[in-house]
Amino acid sequence: MNAARKKKLMMVLLILGVISVVTALVLYALRQNISLFYSPTQIARGEAPTYHAIRVGGMVVSGSVLRDAKDLSVHFAVTDYSHTLVIMYKGILPDLFRERQGIVAEGMLLDDHQFIATSVLAKHDENYMPPEVKDALARAEKEKVKPRL
Amino acid sequence: MIAEIGLFSLVLALLFAILLVAVPTWGLLVEKPRLINAARVYVCGQFLFVAISYCCLTACFLNDDFTVIYVLTNSSLTLPWFYKLCAVWGGHEGSMLLWVAILSVWMLAVNFFSRELERAIRIRVLVVLGALSVGFILFLLATSNPFLRQFQLLKSTGRDLNPLLQDPGFLFHPPMLYMGYVGFSVAFAFAIAALWLGRVEASWAKWTRPWTLAAWCCLTAGITLGSWWAYRELGWGGWWFWDPVENASFMPWLVGTALLHSLMVSEKRQQLMAWTLLLAISAFSLSLVGTFLVRSGVLTSVHAFAVDPSRGLYILIFLLVVIGGSLLLFAARAQTLQNQRRLAVVSRASALLLNSVFLGVAMLTVLMGTVYPLLIDGLGLGKLSVGAPYFNTVFIPLMIPVFILMGVGVHLHWQGDSPRRLFARLNKEIVLSFILPALLLMVLEKKINAGVYLGLVLAAWVLLSSARVFWTRVKQRGMRDIGPSFIGMVMAHCGMAVTMIGIAVSSGYGLQDDVKMAPGSHAMLAGYTIEFISESVLTGPNYHGSRARFLIHNAHHHAEIFPEKRIYDVGQMAMTDSAIDVTPFRDIYIALGEPLDDDAWSVRLYYKPFVRWIWGGGFLIVMGGLCALSHRRYYTHKKPLPSLEAPTL
Amino acid sequence: MKKNLWRMVPFLIFMVLALFFWRGLSLDPHEVPSAQVGKALPAFKLPTLESDKIFTPAVLRGHVVLLNVWASWCAACTEEQIFLMELAQKGVVIYGLDYKDHPNDAKAWLEEWGNPYRSIGSDRDGKVSIDLGVYGAPETFLIDKTGVIRYRHVGVLTKEIWAREFLMRIKHWEAQA
Repeated sequence: MNAARKKKLMMVLLILGVISVVTALVLYALRQNISLFYSPTQIARGEAPTYHAIRVGGMVVSGSVLRDAKDLSVHFAVTDYSHTLVIMYKGILPDLFRERQGIVAEGMLLDDHQFIATSVLAKHDENYMPPEVKDALARAEKEKVKPRL
Repeated sequence: MIAEIGLFSLVLALLFAILLVAVPTWGLLVEKPRLINAARVYVCGQFLFVAISYCCLTACFLNDDFTVIYVLTNSSLTLPWFYKLCAVWGGHEGSMLLWVAILSVWMLAVNFFSRELERAIRIRVLVVLGALSVGFILFLLATSNPFLRQFQLLKSTGRDLNPLLQDPGFLFHPPMLYMGYVGFSVAFAFAIAALWLGRVEASWAKWTRPWTLAAWCCLTAGITLGSWWAYRELGWGGWWFWDPVENASFMPWLVGTALLHSLMVSEKRQQLMAWTLLLAISAFSLSLVGTFLVRSGVLTSVHAFAVDPSRGLYILIFLLVVIGGSLLLFAARAQTLQNQRRLAVVSRASALLLNSVFLGVAMLTVLMGTVYPLLIDGLGLGKLSVGAPYFNTVFIPLMIPVFILMGVGVHLHWQGDSPRRLFARLNKEIVLSFILPALLLMVLEKKINAGVYLGLVLAAWVLLSSARVFWTRVKQRGMRDIGPSFIGMVMAHCGMAVTMIGIAVSSGYGLQDDVKMAPGSHAMLAGYTIEFISESVLTGPNYHGSRARFLIHNAHHHAEIFPEKRIYDVGQMAMTDSAIDVTPFRDIYIALGEPLDDDAWSVRLYYKPFVRWIWGGGFLIVMGGLCALSHRRYYTHKKPLPSLEAPTL
Repeated sequence: MKKNLWRMVPFLIFMVLALFFWRGLSLDPHEVPSAQVGKALPAFKLPTLESDKIFTPAVLRGHVVLLNVWASWCAACTEEQIFLMELAQKGVVIYGLDYKDHPNDAKAWLEEWGNPYRSIGSDRDGKVSIDLGVYGAPETFLIDKTGVIRYRHVGVLTKEIWAREFLMRIKHWEAQA
């Protein structure tokens, strides 16, 4: 193999090496950091993993928002009109958080009806519901029409 | 009346754009110079009528003409006049009109500044730009007409501009971004023109470079402004969220940077032609992909425009035609280009190539993270989101080789160099890069955060290496003959280092605290005492709310700031207007959360050291780019050199 | 030859991406199947916004009508108001359900944004909306002459959706007794 060929081979190997390292990094990072969304119904059915970073959401149940007197702990319930989930959070709720609005929360599930949130998300337009929540609500309704056997 | 004139002008602009595409192309086929040269007239015509159309829309806003639906939904009687000017691009339709207007401006500039360019290329560039204009103006007229009227609601006061957009930063951020996105279309047009023609002049890179540089400066400025604006406006101390809309602007920037460096190689050494062409096509393609992602509703984002599937479909078809077509053209024709000289393994040319490879890969990882939710949803595997941790995990390691190369590349010779010689020359700088940050951190913070240390080492490396190369150059040529390109490069690289310092320190040593505070109470943060002094009622032109008075003090410092909670009258949307106590070396940031019972508020306090350096660095990068752009050689041209025709395979 | 294959790679990557974009467009988040479709309106009795009359399902009987859920605090409702005004002018019968709103705010909003409604029920605590399964505002129900819900649209009502989903259904249910 002459010198020019060798250089080219080295170049190709280097690029392939970089690409494989990066691909591995990407796959690893994706697996660690994607969070699947679960609706209250799915959680009630036990489909969601506990003690694992996931997202949940639903409509905030009116009258369910309770704030602690001393610190910034708060808990509230979300529903997809089929099942309800209690979310516990410590911190400042976003401006668009309101009862009977759709929200999404990130955090960890403790059991089939309690969730500890690390962050609570609401969207810009107060009438725009997060699509995951909309989808979950639609599914819950479909289930009501065709009950699970 | 004015709205009708605006619409009519837009139609005329479309006509001129069509003529721009059809007539010179026909002229090239039948070789009639008169038809070919008519391109000049058509470019001017298009510009004129697009400008008229844009001015008409602006006039409708200033006149509060609520019979125009777009004005009704994006403005209000109580909106201050300068925000009315911005409201023109506050919604989808108007922002597309701005896009078209900026495209016409770039076309006019290309037409004006390219007199010396060989006609075969110049005309093709204008034709390609004309074709893009046709696509965009058609899109406007077919799906996004800003001049639609309504006569039902006559007593409305207007729906008002989204409050988050009512901010000075918003005055400049979108136009800057669009100047960048659209500016890359010029480099794109140059690439397509060269592929169309079937040959690449030796001067091709020289001609493309200033346009790319100008667009890149605008995009850098736009991204920097956007980040600064998000920090101030979104209330939660963040300045980058890896949100799809942000990624949509960042990806073209990454490729644009790679393109800039690759053009350097192509110009000086006539190497890497195919790679440069591909980058030129990709930069603008990413601008288009970004537009699609943001406006089609395919991805949900904090600041995506209103969803309309017909728009999404049109843009997708447009993408297929433009990007698919150009990539096919590239695959077919790129073989007619060959490198004149081989690339030495250790040389400035190969360092630049490696740099653009890393930037390209970084762009691909960002693209992957941005569209991954779409892929998964499309495969029916569920609804997931890819958060900041993914991007940070993947992107940050990629920046390490980029920064290393930044310091190394400027010291390498173009033809070939040896690693040993390089090391010998720079061993002091390498050692200092490790020692100085360690010393600084130990003295100032008494503990070393690994991530911050790494960032500072990289930044120090770039700064020291740049200082060294600057010093060498001054010794060689004296202060007067350094050259604006060189100064620009040094400034831009130093700007990157400054931004890196800002990011590293603010992320590593920043502090945050959520507390419950009532007037009269205080909290401690980073050695400062923060007192909530009082709260008062707030009324503004189109909002009302509460205004709080906070005092921040320690032994050397004493300042009062006023965070607000606003509720905008139209839409009853609550908004946090946080207050920041700014000094060059740290920010103290206070955001009001929600009102709690008994007078108290939930309050978020931030201590952000060196955060201003992030945007200071961005500013430095833009200045560097502008400096390089001022080089005389872009404004004086000699006759074109013989073309670079290689024997076909 | 080999070089040519490399050059096709960017094109191929793009086509794969475009494929997923295409699929993404058809994943329309506005498709919401509704359990109420085919059922009669639940019984309700609400005060009207404009007078002392009472708002009940009986008010809606006799025509194919739209029941539009809206509120003065709903920014998106302003978007469809122009279109609703157009429809009202063309003779479409529209009733309103004012959702979790203060009557004074609602009246002021109508003053500004126009009133296409024959009558408006004031659902201050939202109980009737819960019975209807309303997610939020705006929503529009299509109700036939006998008071059975025949279609439901969640979100802003646009010309396209009207043409695509409502027109045929209205024609069909008008033709029924």
